[in-house]
Amino acid sequence: MAETPKAPPIPPRAQDDPAAVRVALVLTAVAIMAFFVVVPLVNVFVQAFANGVHAYWDNLFHDADTLHSIKLTLMVAPVAVGLNLVFGIAAAWAIARFRFPGRTLLTALIDLPFSVSPVVVGLFLLLLFGLQGTFGPWLRAHDLKIVFAYPGLVIATAFVTFPVVARELTPLMEALGADEEVAAVSLGARGWQVFRLITLPNIKWGLLYGVILCNARAMGEFGAVYVVSGHIAGKTDTMPLRVEKLFQEYNLPGAFAVASVLAMLALVTLFVKTALEWKTRRDLAEAHRLQTEGAES
Amino acid sequence: MSIAVKHVTKSFGTFVALNDVSLEVPGGALLALLGPSGSGKTTLLRIIAGLEAADSGTVLYADEDVTGTAVRDRHVGFVFQHYALFKHLSVFENVAFGLRVRGESRSGVKDRVRKLLRLVQLEGLERAVPAQLSGGQRQRVALARALAAEPKVLLLDEPFGALDAKVRQELRQWLRRLHDEIHLTSVFVTHDQEEAFEVADQVVIMNRGGIEQTGTPEEIFEHPASPFVMDFLGNVNVFQGVVQGGRARLGELEVAYPEYPFDESRAATAFIRSHELEIVRKRNGRPSLEVKVTHINPARPVVKVRVHSEAFGVGLTVDVGWEDFSDLQLRVGETVYVSPRQLRVFVQDYAI
Repeated sequence: MAETPKAPPIPPRAQDDPAAVRVALVLTAVAIMAFFVVVPLVNVFVQAFANGVHAYWDNLFHDADTLHSIKLTLMVAPVAVGLNLVFGIAAAWAIARFRFPGRTLLTALIDLPFSVSPVVVGLFLLLLFGLQGTFGPWLRAHDLKIVFAYPGLVIATAFVTFPVVARELTPLMEALGADEEVAAVSLGARGWQVFRLITLPNIKWGLLYGVILCNARAMGEFGAVYVVSGHIAGKTDTMPLRVEKLFQEYNLPGAFAVASVLAMLALVTLFVKTALEWKTRRDLAEAHRLQTEGAES
Repeated sequence: MSIAVKHVTKSFGTFVALNDVSLEVPGGALLALLGPSGSGKTTLLRIIAGLEAADSGTVLYADEDVTGTAVRDRHVGFVFQHYALFKHLSVFENVAFGLRVRGESRSGVKDRVRKLLRLVQLEGLERAVPAQLSGGQRQRVALARALAAEPKVLLLDEPFGALDAKVRQELRQWLRRLHDEIHLTSVFVTHDQEEAFEVADQVVIMNRGGIEQTGTPEEIFEHPASPFVMDFLGNVNVFQGVVQGGRARLGELEVAYPEYPFDESRAATAFIRSHELEIVRKRNGRPSLEVKVTHINPARPVVKVRVHSEAFGVGLTVDVGWEDFSDLQLRVGETVYVSPRQLRVFVQDYAI
């Protein structure tokens, strides 16, 4: 075979907008991004470190209530993420692999927590599990506490972040197709073996990204948690609630210090997201290439 | 082990994919399911495998009724159309998969996989992943994977469909030799008649969810059972005409047709294969048709001459040997005569 010729430079297209329009649009977008995202983000760190690194450290780790809020967030988020991991895989599997009555409805319902205000979710949990709520008397009779306590925080967080993993996995599993799973079954694999040996390795990057994104949302959750937590410092305050409380108490360095931790979490998430998206795209392109290569001739 | 399919029907919504199909595959046979797309051949294969459930009817392996048995318990080797290799696993692990999930011992797996990779001539590629293999190599990995757990039957869905012509040719002959070596009852689906006729002992021609004809390649080629089979085999010219009193009349062509001695005239379709037509410069007393040469394709091994019959309003293709072609000195636009050496007539059904 002869050497493949280099692709010629892309000629200007007739439908391209004039340079002035393009530059104006790009500048507008960049300006808006800078004003609404970059400046506030930088400001969070500037404010947090306004009194030096030492004060920053004290604000975070020598304030009992703040320390407790960090611990609580670290206890709530992983459990909520774990629940959503199980739910997300189950939902994505059901939607991508089966055709059943109510499939469209399930797809729509999965998005519900994203479209409902978190405060409404919180109120709805109060109405179910609060003292005057539907299950209130029963819970009290059995000495179980859900609202204004740890279980309520987990339920509220899990509910609000419900769609994250499922939304990440469903399109991925649909794109991958069921061919390899069917092949595994034809070779004698049982359901669990198919999942562990074939499906999981194929979706692992998408799943990891879903988990990281879900974790970021879970740690940052405010509205629903605000309602069900009762906002008790040192008991039910999570990090976002603590930021708000410190801010109300005019403890700006303290508020910004906690906020900076959440902001860093966002930056890490963004970085991992970009890396994983790049990887997933490459894997999908590879799968697609294999398929089309197979289908040719 | 023999396979028997009895009165199987399968619909997808309102589309009837298989309509009361029965089929016997003798033990050790290599059988091809041949038909156009939508004829139900792949559905039949998937029902034999257990990947699809029949609406009614039964599937037997030897004398065992496996209709309700799940695919994983049927012990079949299935080669998928696009192979469906496990992308994240090496060639070795792909082949080992069926053994591992069935709990084969570590050393047993190793021995068996090595043996299979030798059989499919992929030694040395154990560590490669599917993305690094050529189409033909992937196909052979799929085959080795299907054979690993010593299946009772081997089922292949368009096994050569995704390969280029040259590789396809090689793999075809290789599959035939492999089958002669291991004698595993095998069924493969194809839409390519050349492939079916070259590889299989038995060919089943399917059309619209039913079986048109079953037989050896010779039987089917020499005695096509229906107009569909004749047409599907290709390289054939089709004429419409009538039969009456032991004669078939196709325009100005008239030939003896003793199979229909009745007085009532009936519509009939006649098929003449391209190589069964002869071009002559002058009428030679045999039934012949006046035609005009429209196109000459000097292909190998025979020249394909397109001619057009004014009287019939149809174009015909005639295969002319190179020797005859140089004797005839044909030119486009000339008027010549074609006469059939042999033709097949199918009288249309009585049912209206």
